[in-house]
Amino acid sequence: MATVGTKQEIKYEIVVGLEVHAQLKTASKIFCGCSTKFGAAPNTQTCPICLGMPGVLPVLNRRVLEMAVKTGLALHCQISPYSRFARKNYFYPDLPKGYQISQYELPLCEHGYLEVAVNDRIKRIGIRRIHMEEDAGKNLHEGLEASSHVDLNRAGVPLLEIVTEPDIRSVDEAVAYLRALRDILIYLDVCDGNMEEGSLRCEPNLSLRPVGQKEFGTRVELKNINSFRFVQKAMEYELRRQEKVLREGGRVMQETRLWNTEKEITVVMRGKEEAHDYRYFPEPDLVPLIIPQELIEDIRKTLPELPDAKRDRFVREYGIPVYDAEVLTTSKDLAHYFEACVEAYPQPKAASNWIMTELLRELKNSGHEIVDCPIPPDRLAGLLKMIDNGTISGKIAKTVFEEMYRTGRPAEGIVKEKGLTQISDKGALEALIDEVLQSHPNEREAYRQGKTQLLGFFVGQVMKRSQGKANPGKVNELLKKKLGT
Amino acid sequence: MNLAQFTIHELHEQLKNRKTTSGELTRSVLERIEAVESRIHAFTTVTAEPALAQAEAADRWLRSGRPVHPLTGIPIALKDNLCTKGIRTTCASRILENFLPPYDATVVRRLKESGAVFVGKTNMDEFAMGSSTENSAFGLTANPWDLNRIPGGSSGGSAAAVASDACIAALGSDTGGSIRQPAAMCGVVGLKPTYGRVSRYGLVAFASSLDQIGPLTKDVTDCALLMSAIGGHDPQDSTSADIPMGDYARALNRDLSGLRIGIPKEYFIDGMDPEVLHAVKEAIRTMEKLGAKTREVLLPHTDYATATYYILATAEASSNLARYDGVKYGSRAKPTRDLLEMYMKTRQAGFGLEVKRRIMLGTYALSSGYYDAYYRKAQCVRTLIKSDFDEAFKQVDVIVTPTAPSAAFKIGEKMQDPLQMYLSDIFTISVNIAGIPAVSLPCGFTKTGLPIGLQVMGRPFEETTILNAAYAYEQATEWHKRKPNL
Repeated sequence: MATVGTKQEIKYEIVVGLEVHAQLKTASKIFCGCSTKFGAAPNTQTCPICLGMPGVLPVLNRRVLEMAVKTGLALHCQISPYSRFARKNYFYPDLPKGYQISQYELPLCEHGYLEVAVNDRIKRIGIRRIHMEEDAGKNLHEGLEASSHVDLNRAGVPLLEIVTEPDIRSVDEAVAYLRALRDILIYLDVCDGNMEEGSLRCEPNLSLRPVGQKEFGTRVELKNINSFRFVQKAMEYELRRQEKVLREGGRVMQETRLWNTEKEITVVMRGKEEAHDYRYFPEPDLVPLIIPQELIEDIRKTLPELPDAKRDRFVREYGIPVYDAEVLTTSKDLAHYFEACVEAYPQPKAASNWIMTELLRELKNSGHEIVDCPIPPDRLAGLLKMIDNGTISGKIAKTVFEEMYRTGRPAEGIVKEKGLTQISDKGALEALIDEVLQSHPNEREAYRQGKTQLLGFFVGQVMKRSQGKANPGKVNELLKKKLGT
Repeated sequence: MNLAQFTIHELHEQLKNRKTTSGELTRSVLERIEAVESRIHAFTTVTAEPALAQAEAADRWLRSGRPVHPLTGIPIALKDNLCTKGIRTTCASRILENFLPPYDATVVRRLKESGAVFVGKTNMDEFAMGSSTENSAFGLTANPWDLNRIPGGSSGGSAAAVASDACIAALGSDTGGSIRQPAAMCGVVGLKPTYGRVSRYGLVAFASSLDQIGPLTKDVTDCALLMSAIGGHDPQDSTSADIPMGDYARALNRDLSGLRIGIPKEYFIDGMDPEVLHAVKEAIRTMEKLGAKTREVLLPHTDYATATYYILATAEASSNLARYDGVKYGSRAKPTRDLLEMYMKTRQAGFGLEVKRRIMLGTYALSSGYYDAYYRKAQCVRTLIKSDFDEAFKQVDVIVTPTAPSAAFKIGEKMQDPLQMYLSDIFTISVNIAGIPAVSLPCGFTKTGLPIGLQVMGRPFEETTILNAAYAYEQATEWHKRKPNL
């Protein structure tokens, strides 16, 4: 039934493509032998080549190519058998040659995808291309009056640019994609994934269109985002901003906007008219890359098991829930920890529970990474075994766990030293029960008269007297026997 | 005879047999420079002191009785676009007027290792852009055969220095004829090696896909000796070829029997200087007498070579010269209000007219919307020109042509007309586009006493074949023995 006079409100859909720059973990730069180490004094990691001196020539670092192919394979890309470098020309003081060596036509990897889980649904996001390029240096303005300085330590550091298709339809999907991509890069050991230090940079391209419309809206590129939190915030802000523009009958301008971290807004950096003409052309100083199939196969053999494959295997092999498997495979080291633990104590669900709750909480509280965990996986297995065979109760185990985490000592030692072994001996338990019953005649009488819910009270008293060491199951059993007669 | 007048191989014998020393030889060359430089102006920088120190070191080596390289103790001049550590390398440009490279070019390092002596850096067209050395920011170079004429270019300083005995041999660079054309105009031997045969590391780039370093010498034997010293694979240049290199000098013999020579009719055009035409035809007859067989070959895309070249070379140059921005080295205009003004004023003041013209041409050719029509199309034509040569070299072993359509022209004659200037390279440009080797050597003189050059082109990496053809011809003639009257 149509209602006259009210206008149906248009619903908008967000369309996102992501450009990610990942710094590769090579020891030396992409076209010269200089170190890539972060944080050295300005211009100490430079040579004539990365300074762009007259007459110098680039030579490709083979490790960069290998890492790029590895990443391409992990993201299901086709590796081009013939690929080229190109020059991207623009003037800026941090760009010593006046051009960046990148790839344009004929990139190394194309037509890949990455699957991510969003709201219990698997979404496939297309990877348009992955290419290799060199980073620029850094302009320094702070503390300088009427002048700027240039630090070229970062000039020539190898980067991968990973570009998606415009397949992303929500901010959540974008963030999930970024997290999944970061996990993979870390799994592959090609990037440290550190957004704050700039090892991973993300530039979303974002547009809105009315739901149901086929054509894309005008897109805006966002820059200067250096954490996951800000990726989310910047996109949410931009989504609201564009929606407001459209609702007010305005037009979104094609432009590049900068995220302002303090004000949490985006501001115009440059419009379409000011966009650079980069005058790309094939880099004549580097020969075209011919990638033999054998090289691709050799690199494929070095691929580790990737998060999604590992997740599926955990579910299949260990019979743990998908959620557990997802959490345990977010990092290669955590997955490794779990598997080592299960190897020593083959009860996957129990191990998973302890790792996901106790262990991850302690790690978070102490700011440790799993690789620095003071409890090695076989010791955690040792603790779990002691619960399993009744040596200690689950409750005591938590105390022991905390002690293990604090001191790094094995469970057995702590239990022994502190006398935490569970009391299951019938005689000892009966003695404790008798003491409790004698000191609580009233409660005992009430129980006899039918107030059977007092059983819990007696169990508690026995546990208290045993300092928690009494086997609660056995106590229950013996108490019922004594009270019932 | 003055020591400076000899060739490398003659001096090598004298040095080995202790008939002279590198010190004596170097002093003799420096004296010659002093005597002729005010008239010729072949050099941007003369490095007398370091040269004498190098000569002294060479003499110590010669006295030690250890094996001696053919270049040990030999005074060489270097084109001023080859980086020399701690020695001014200007590219004949204001923008690099006081630039001291922090490293040696690979060819410079190799010559140092062989014990050569460097007497100076030679004048050139700014950033190697030109055919007459008139585009130098530091003055003209005169042709030793006629001081009112240009020495050719862009390696005009190197060619003039060799021709006037102001060095024993020199290195130049050749992007569209910049070694061969001045060699022809100054009556010396000049070789443009196969692209990839000589490392470009340390050669200040003009057009990276066309540039090659090569020798300018008094005869073909010297050319072979110098070529052997500078060539070979260099891991610092990705475009350098990892292909074994022969001993070029040892491979020289006078035998031309069975050599198949191609004569491309596209290179014998109407309006060509009849004296040049005559000299080249005579040279071909001489080679036939020596046992070579000639036949006509076709290079049908020759007409497009100049246009192709001026798109590709300027496009690459526009990018290669972007680094001269006043930020890191070279000159910087002062004072300026902001970054953009610094860039603009620095480049406005630092570059000469021809360099600016080529940067603009190249920038235009690469601009979005024009790329396909210019740069991409030129790359396609480049492939066609290459395959012309591939086809021709199925039928013949070498191709012989004039090096330039005329002998040296007058100073100032073509400066107002860049197109006329560009046409003086029509016979040399295709060789760079195809990446093949070619040598120019003297094959006669005009009635007014100006040298005429003969060009011999060969298959990629077959320098041996063209050097041998040139050698056989040279040994059958006397042209290389003539000296200008200075």
